[in-house]
Amino acid sequence: MNDNIILEVKNLNTRFDTPDGEVAAANEISFTLKKGESLGVVGESGSGKTQIFMALMGLLAKNGKTTGEAIFKGQNILGLPVTELNKVRGVSLSMIFQDPMTSLNPYLKVSRQMTEVLIEHQGMSQKEALEKSIEMLELVGIPEARKRVHMYPHEFSGGMRQRVMIAIALLCEPNLLIADEPTTALDVTIQAQILDLLHDLKDKLGMSIVMITHDLGVIASMCDHVMVMYGGRVVETGSVQALFSDAKHPYTRGLLQSMPRIDGDHNEDLYAIPGQPPNLQALPQGCAFQPRCQYATDLCQQERPPTTEFDAGRTASCHQLSSAFHTSSPVKKNPVHVVEGVL
Amino acid sequence: MFSYILKRLLTAVPTLLIIITIAFFMMRIAPGGPFDQERQLPPEIEANILKAYDLDKPVYEQYFIYLGKLLQFDFGPSYKFRDFSVTELILSGLPASFQIGGLAILLATFIGIGLGTLAALYQNQKTDYAIMGVAMTGIAVPNFVAAPILSLVFGVYLAWLPVAGWGDGAARNLVLPVISLALPQIAYIARLTRGSMIEVLHSNYIRTARAKGIRERLVVIRHAIKGALLPVVSYLGPAVAAVTTGSVVIESIYDIPGVGRYFVNAALNRDYPLVMGVVIFYATLILIMNLIVDVVYSFLDPKLRVSG
Amino acid sequence: MSNIMNVNDKLATFNDNFSDSADLTEVVGRSLWQDARIRLMRNKAAVVSMIILSIITLMAIFAPWLSSHPFDEVYWDFIQVPPNVAEGFWFGTDENGRDLFVRTLYGARVSLMVGLVATTVSLVIGVVYGAVAGYMGGRIDNIMMRFVDILYSLPFMFFVIILMVIFGRNIYLIFVALGAVEWLTMARIVRGQTLAVKKKEFVEAAHASGVSTTKIIFRHIIPNILGPVIVYMTLTIPQVILTESFLSFLGLGVQEPLTSWGVLISEGAKVMESAPWMLAFPATFLAITLFCFNFIGDGLRDALDPKDR
Repeated sequence: MNDNIILEVKNLNTRFDTPDGEVAAANEISFTLKKGESLGVVGESGSGKTQIFMALMGLLAKNGKTTGEAIFKGQNILGLPVTELNKVRGVSLSMIFQDPMTSLNPYLKVSRQMTEVLIEHQGMSQKEALEKSIEMLELVGIPEARKRVHMYPHEFSGGMRQRVMIAIALLCEPNLLIADEPTTALDVTIQAQILDLLHDLKDKLGMSIVMITHDLGVIASMCDHVMVMYGGRVVETGSVQALFSDAKHPYTRGLLQSMPRIDGDHNEDLYAIPGQPPNLQALPQGCAFQPRCQYATDLCQQERPPTTEFDAGRTASCHQLSSAFHTSSPVKKNPVHVVEGVL
Repeated sequence: MFSYILKRLLTAVPTLLIIITIAFFMMRIAPGGPFDQERQLPPEIEANILKAYDLDKPVYEQYFIYLGKLLQFDFGPSYKFRDFSVTELILSGLPASFQIGGLAILLATFIGIGLGTLAALYQNQKTDYAIMGVAMTGIAVPNFVAAPILSLVFGVYLAWLPVAGWGDGAARNLVLPVISLALPQIAYIARLTRGSMIEVLHSNYIRTARAKGIRERLVVIRHAIKGALLPVVSYLGPAVAAVTTGSVVIESIYDIPGVGRYFVNAALNRDYPLVMGVVIFYATLILIMNLIVDVVYSFLDPKLRVSG
Repeated sequence: MSNIMNVNDKLATFNDNFSDSADLTEVVGRSLWQDARIRLMRNKAAVVSMIILSIITLMAIFAPWLSSHPFDEVYWDFIQVPPNVAEGFWFGTDENGRDLFVRTLYGARVSLMVGLVATTVSLVIGVVYGAVAGYMGGRIDNIMMRFVDILYSLPFMFFVIILMVIFGRNIYLIFVALGAVEWLTMARIVRGQTLAVKKKEFVEAAHASGVSTTKIIFRHIIPNILGPVIVYMTLTIPQVILTESFLSFLGLGVQEPLTSWGVLISEGAKVMESAPWMLAFPATFLAITLFCFNFIGDGLRDALDPKDR
């Protein structure tokens, strides 16, 4: 066991029982995350990216079940009883969510929602916990924290609420923070502030971050590694550098091409991946992406593509990796700094 | 906050006035005078009686006289019980009605919330199905069916409790009426609590609380209950109205000397002043309850508290 | 629960608005109504309730042919006898020697009729009022809804009783009075739905192309708010039946020789110690009917608005 690895997920599967049959939300997911590193998880709505981490946090809906392993700091946290899990979540493993407007309890003061974490996990007194909470609010850039800590969530703006959420998540100085589309619901200018904040805090506290997003721009500015998901499966992984400069999977390439570029030809229409995101209840046979893929062949329709490993941590799952479409890749000309410019 | 209460009070007054006006004119257009059934009286005596009840004056004048008297809590004389004023009759029925009504509301609130929360926590499991089955029974078996059956089983067959009667408010006499009165409300409150509890338990902020690693018991007690109980609090107004209505039939079945039983007798005997007195009295009560509920609600919901 | 994946959730979000059937079609490939029917048919309690209710309804309709005894005939030799199959008194007789079986079915006629007619009255008032308020919006909406709020706080049952006292115990009055009491919630539901539907593109399109307001309300808005209206209607019927029985129980409802479950229960309750069957049969019929309507209403709600509950 490598000490340097904070999280290792092995063959994780998530299923939901619905009246219309079983839905396979995430299939055969495996990845590792090192200390202090950040992993971006990209995919469309419904690609299963959020469910993987909900499963880790024990937050799946009641009709969901998970198999596989997730070794976090040497302990498999999948399937832990709630009392055991509560020694991990909120302590060394925290999560923040997409919608800061509804993620805080509207009926409790911010102070209560913060201090309870410290009282529960670190046995602090009310007074100590309040002091620490105020410190944390100041750290995430809430002005007049001493006064505002006694306010209710609806007295904060959206961006401020997300800062409060981050402050709550970081109270016990976790080793890993999972951020599930933390900026999607916010104004563009606020988005950048929150991302900057997360970036700073990551370095300050030396924690790892998982950034779940559908926005490649966020990944480019925040992450070391990327995992691209489609139809409940990982289709491509790699370092940000490698993936942005040399995308292997047609879906990843489509995603990159569909990003607006500042230096691009503004008369050109933005590229859009044709077709609809897949219906998880009726996934096509073979490759899930094949109905939308311009390179699809009979093989793609019949067999699920194998995962090819190019380097350590650099994989892709596609039948057509070796075929001609690679040579005329438009993506290669797409350097990372341009993507950052988009932000 | 204060201005909010004041505003609610100001809307309650016209509402009450509307109720009084409707009730008054409905009674006045009712066919047949109050003394029609009795033997023919000599005209001069009849005129005297009419005068005594202000019935010789034009209707609008009668209306203002009635309003004026209401301000002094004088509901006028009863047609049926000649020796009593309506106010005296209502006051004499009040203790019994308040006891069973108040106890029924308390019982319904606590048991209803308890059962509803339990059902929500065990959603789609046996506990949930059992509780919801009982609640459905409470809704489908009206209290005028439940009351005789309870009285038959516990009063006649088992002889544990009195079949009927008031017994000066002895606890033994209270049990069955209070339970029959509370049953449908227990059912409604349990269903309401379950529904809103399930919604809250699925809300984002409960997910956050769980993600923080807070004990499940605290998640429910500290984070979920408050939001889940808001709809229940606002139902308490209608619940009081329902219990009041129910007490009419329960008091008749169990022969309890309360306001409700007077009301039924008055309605069957066309004792208009008594009917009207009771309606106005209960309407006021329900309006006050609604007002209290609104104020409590605005205290519980921080958003209202600040902006109100 | 941000389970983007969870199909249940997906349906729930889409169905927050019943009019979003188009979106739903894309996801599941079935229409909202087909979907709802499938879900309803899966709900055993609702299906069984529908069967039982159909049987009770048929029995009520064909009551005169189901028993050899007329509902108002007095059998002097059979005063208050327990159920007696040989003589055809399956439910026994009442204290006047009348056949309880056929009287219970006649009670069913009155109860079901009151349920349907009064609910229809409430439906018409509520839908029109709510749709107009929601569609007009602004001040008119404000005033109309404030009026509903005021009516809400009235002890309506007492007014119905006063009505009964004043105008006599007339069955048509019961229809109207109960209908007039039950429309408030319907109006609120319809208004809420109308407000939501109003902002939708197809209504704007109709507006822009010069279709008149009344036409928009009746042709575009009302069809789109059908779902919640049907659910609430199903739940109003037992409410109305219960209220009628309550009035009849107090002696303020249906009058002799006609009967209703409330009257029969009231008569039965008086003699329950000596003739428990007189309470048992009508009470059972009333309770079963109320059960069934409530189960169907719950089933419909879950089918049309499948939040995870």
